Amino acid sequence: MSEQTENPLRDAIAEAIDQNDVILFMKGSPEQPACGFSARTVAALQATGAPFAAVDVLPDPRIRQELSAISNWPTIPQLFVDGELVGGADIVSEMYETGELAEVLGVEPPAGSPAEAPAADAAAGAPPLQIENRLA
Amino acid sequence: MATAQELKQRIEAGIPGSSAEVDSADDVHFSARIVAEAFSGLSRIQQHQLVYGLFEPGELGGPIHALSLKTETP
Repeated sequence: MSEQTENPLRDAIAEAIDQNDVILFMKGSPEQPACGFSARTVAALQATGAPFAAVDVLPDPRIRQELSAISNWPTIPQLFVDGELVGGADIVSEMYETGELAEVLGVEPPAGSPAEAPAADAAAGAPPLQIENRLA
Repeated sequence: MATAQELKQRIEAGIPGSSAEVDSADDVHFSARIVAEAFSGLSRIQQHQLVYGLFEPGELGGPIHALSLKTETP
């Protein structure tokens, strides 16, 4: 018995999470965050230098509803790495401060971070581009 | 509209044995520091989800615009 969700929006969100190594659901865009929490999360991500995809949840309230249903996380922003929810603004900021964020993203911690780089086995090949991913 | 005191009571009642410090400048944006034995063994995500679970769907991001969390074990 196959379960058809008949929920193309939820499927599109799940697919975006699946297909992007690092994806941030936020209010506004990385260039123009529309909320302080989203801005804080973008700043932490950008400081690591890791590329990430971003989805603006504001154009359609259903994006946020479906996303929260998938992630069991009620608030925006939400950061996913390798298909897993990493956290919202608080957790991402905390992980940035401890150097964990860079570790999770597979990049060198930014200069001045107290964390020792755990001999990262070459996070090669990641394009230094931000992908804009619009679920229109 | 909720107050910091109400949120503190709600969190402490919802997570037995926890102690919460809740601050809010406007009764809309809150920040809470919660210490609870119940958090031990849980990932940070799971700790926050435990707290979020105390709220009605739509309440966070609705009447409670933001709830900033810091969770710790004793």
